[in-house]
Amino acid sequence: MASSSIDLTPLQQADRWRPAELAFWLLPFVGYFLFPDNLVLLTQIAITALFCLSLDLILGYAGIVSLGHAAFFGVGAYTAGLLASHGWGEPLSGLVVSALVSALLGFATSLLVLRGADLTRLMVTLGVAMMLFELANKLTFITGGVDGLQGIEMKPLFGTFGFDMFGKTAYWYAMGVLFLLFWAARKLVHSPFGLSIKGIRLNAARMPALGAPINARLAAIYTIGAAYAGVAGALMAQTTQFVALDVLAFNRSAELLLILVLGGSGSLYGAILGTVVFMSAHHVLSDMNPEYWQFWLGALMLVIVLFARDGVMGGVRAAARRLGLQGGVR
Amino acid sequence: MTVLFDGIASGMLLFLISVGLSVTLGLMNFVNLAHGSFAMVGGYVCVTLLNKAGVPFLASLPLAALATALVGVVLERTLYRRLYTANHLDQVLFSISLVFMSMSAMQYFFGAQQQPLNLPDFLKGQINLPGLDMGVYRLFLIAVSLLLAYGLQRMVRGTRFGAQLRASVDNPRAARGVGINVERVFTLTFALGSALAGLGGALGVEMLGLDPGFPVKYIVYFLIVVAVGGSGSIAGSLVASLILGVVDVAGKYYVPQVGSFVIYAVMVVMLVFRPQGLFGRTTAR
Amino acid sequence: MTKSTVTFKLSAVLAACAMGLAAHAAEPLKIGLVLPMSGPFSAYGKQIEHGARLYLDQVGGTIAGRKVELLIKDDTGVAPEISKRVAQELVVKDKVDILAGFGLTPSAFAVAPIATEAKKPMIVMNAATSVITTKSDYILRVSHTLPQVTAPIATWAAKNNIRRVYTLVADYGPGQDAEAQFKKTFTAAGGEVVGEVRTPVKNPDFAPFLQKIKDAKPQAVFLFVPPGEQTIAFTKGFIERDLAKAGIRIIATGDLTGEDVIDGVGDNALGIVNSMQYSETHNSPENKAYVAAYYKAYPKDRPDFMSVGGYDGLQLIAKTLEKTGGDATGDKFMAAAKGMAWTSPRGPVSIDPQTRDIVQTIYIRKVEKVGGKLQNMEFESIPNFKDPGKQ
Repeated sequence: MASSSIDLTPLQQADRWRPAELAFWLLPFVGYFLFPDNLVLLTQIAITALFCLSLDLILGYAGIVSLGHAAFFGVGAYTAGLLASHGWGEPLSGLVVSALVSALLGFATSLLVLRGADLTRLMVTLGVAMMLFELANKLTFITGGVDGLQGIEMKPLFGTFGFDMFGKTAYWYAMGVLFLLFWAARKLVHSPFGLSIKGIRLNAARMPALGAPINARLAAIYTIGAAYAGVAGALMAQTTQFVALDVLAFNRSAELLLILVLGGSGSLYGAILGTVVFMSAHHVLSDMNPEYWQFWLGALMLVIVLFARDGVMGGVRAAARRLGLQGGVR
Repeated sequence: MTVLFDGIASGMLLFLISVGLSVTLGLMNFVNLAHGSFAMVGGYVCVTLLNKAGVPFLASLPLAALATALVGVVLERTLYRRLYTANHLDQVLFSISLVFMSMSAMQYFFGAQQQPLNLPDFLKGQINLPGLDMGVYRLFLIAVSLLLAYGLQRMVRGTRFGAQLRASVDNPRAARGVGINVERVFTLTFALGSALAGLGGALGVEMLGLDPGFPVKYIVYFLIVVAVGGSGSIAGSLVASLILGVVDVAGKYYVPQVGSFVIYAVMVVMLVFRPQGLFGRTTAR
Repeated sequence: MTKSTVTFKLSAVLAACAMGLAAHAAEPLKIGLVLPMSGPFSAYGKQIEHGARLYLDQVGGTIAGRKVELLIKDDTGVAPEISKRVAQELVVKDKVDILAGFGLTPSAFAVAPIATEAKKPMIVMNAATSVITTKSDYILRVSHTLPQVTAPIATWAAKNNIRRVYTLVADYGPGQDAEAQFKKTFTAAGGEVVGEVRTPVKNPDFAPFLQKIKDAKPQAVFLFVPPGEQTIAFTKGFIERDLAKAGIRIIATGDLTGEDVIDGVGDNALGIVNSMQYSETHNSPENKAYVAAYYKAYPKDRPDFMSVGGYDGLQLIAKTLEKTGGDATGDKFMAAAKGMAWTSPRGPVSIDPQTRDIVQTIYIRKVEKVGGKLQNMEFESIPNFKDPGKQ
């Protein structure tokens, strides 16, 4: 029987929450009290972390390299924005609708990313995002184009917590959504479905023999990733109360890929850590030198890639190993 | 007819700048997204020589290529070399960090404005034939690209260096065993790719302009050429550039309302039907 | 208590009061500038900063007895959420008295709600879309609006025997607005728009469009593309394809021939008739002083309309605070600023009390070479011109 030759306990225990993880999720509370004047920055970090998480699902776990993930972010943002600017300002329902619309788009385009090697997928996803960008620009009378969609007014969350300049509601809203979706993603990647996705990435030829239909699984994870990205976009639109064409821009997809690689793909936490490191560094450097911060950020990235393969998460794992802490399956 | 000519010239410029990327990506399997930065360096060297040192345009072109090749060699020896074994994503992170630094540096040294470029008189103007107006500079571009394409193809397929390069790429261990200095081959190839980028950048200033944002503005086009043409194939890059150039220009002329869509739509369609590119290899490395 | 103790206590109390008063009067004035200092629009941020700092240097760093602290934050120009975030931090963390800057329209739109909620004056130094000033009662603009500079060139063309015009604009918000305003004013004045085309925003090659224009044989082309390499590409193509020889002229807004970009366009720009609020060659003592000070401080750059936007933004703040006695609280500031008039390096300007937008003279200029340098020479002017976009 299997139990005599293969030890399944690591897999079975993989989705138990480690103490380090529980400590990590106290950070939003710490952040709230430590940086009360930077709540907007922290909110945007949470939103981008969610966006990066969505890319990790399709890239880190399923191996689909995408340079056009902003397509789903943008679609989610515009959906939420258009709903709000036309009178439907309830935040949570806006999130749900945006997730559905992005998921639909993700499902529709998933057919295109099933074939080809890395470079092909990169360019196809890029092409789709660029076409969406041009479309949104063409429809300036609907989307507001480069100048942006105006008149977004959000109703208070749960009817009581208004979105104001101080950003407290937005902060907890974004953190709450991030945590919930993270928890769901974590469950997903440790489930049999999640393991089959990893299997597809590691050895696509073998998977059908195990009874896992590759295309269906890839389409499913791509759709989920799109939905997550859509939620992130909707959060951005709702907390900023503004959407402009830049949500669909190439820059956004490229920067996201960068952040994920910086953090280390394939671990979910890498996506969050990468976002925290990148955006904090940007913020601090930009404060010090508004004109040339990009140079120093590039230098920081260079140092990280030269000395820490697999990004920040890789560095964390190496440090944990050296300190003799348990790593588990991942 | 003029539209066709303009499309070909546009494609040729794309080819000139992208072929270097095809070389490094395809032949060395290194995702060098900083390719646009090398092109930008070539552009700035050319413009500085032309405007500040009064060097004639035709002379500043090879000098720009040479300077960029030197920069390439230095960076290859110190930095790129360490990431040959890294996975593609780490290479992306690495090359983008170089892009950030190069863009900021150019803004620091040259300012954020467009660099003026004044062509010598013999390259200005048009040659007017019945039904066909040909810009002299565009003719020049087409001539240079064809020469370059021919020369490169001959070099890779017909010379000893080319054979050494193909051997080093296919199987570095065996190549070393046969006595090929793989490190030197890679350095030289990278230098070649950089020189091509620098030359392309210098030639492109006239038509694409030059400012510190150059690398990110056009990186998408270079990637499209390499993906559609099949990385590592010079003929592929040439054909892909031509198709894309003609389609792009014709699209903008005949259907300007959807002009910008066309190039992306064509790319997506071509990649869906031929994921490895026109002339790319079907077997993954 | 002994006499000396009373004296001591009294002097201590008096000293404390005096220091308290002095402290209040010397409370620094914090102005937060949200500008694109990096990225594709960093040239805008640079020019606006130059102008703002020039004004401060001129007044010795103090306005209405208060020492000025200029906090400059980069918003990259392409991410309105960053504009919002830095503006919020400026207000909540740095506790600025006034928000200013805004190189592009989306940045201004994103920050408007913060100005309203925090009741801080928001001075737009560059962004040019008409409706910006309607987004908050605390917004004042000192730059220009696109319709404000487009309408005059259309009127000029109609009055000067140019009856047939082909319009070519970039297909994005500002381009569409310019096209709409031009068509409106030009056709109302009796002109005919014989053809129009919207070019893709990323468009390095105008070849196909120039061919179409040549075929349509207009008297002039009205051009609006993102200033920079597109102007260069267009004018190069224009000359190369002999459109100039065919007798077609280029008319445009001064965005395309601004001092910061015109040297890149080179001699191909000669002869372009355009309309704008500021030219380096504007003949007034204020401008002569401004230009001299600019070149002294920034010898590698040229003063352009954006730098004047920065300069005048600070000048508006200074004049308003002189009126309120140093009080920069939102409502008092806005009440004092409405209707404020002064002489800018560009000419006489004022703030319309109804719309809080700038009212200024728009000049019609022609690009000529003066002393080896390309300049916009003013030859006609429309004084006290309000933004037609709001009429």
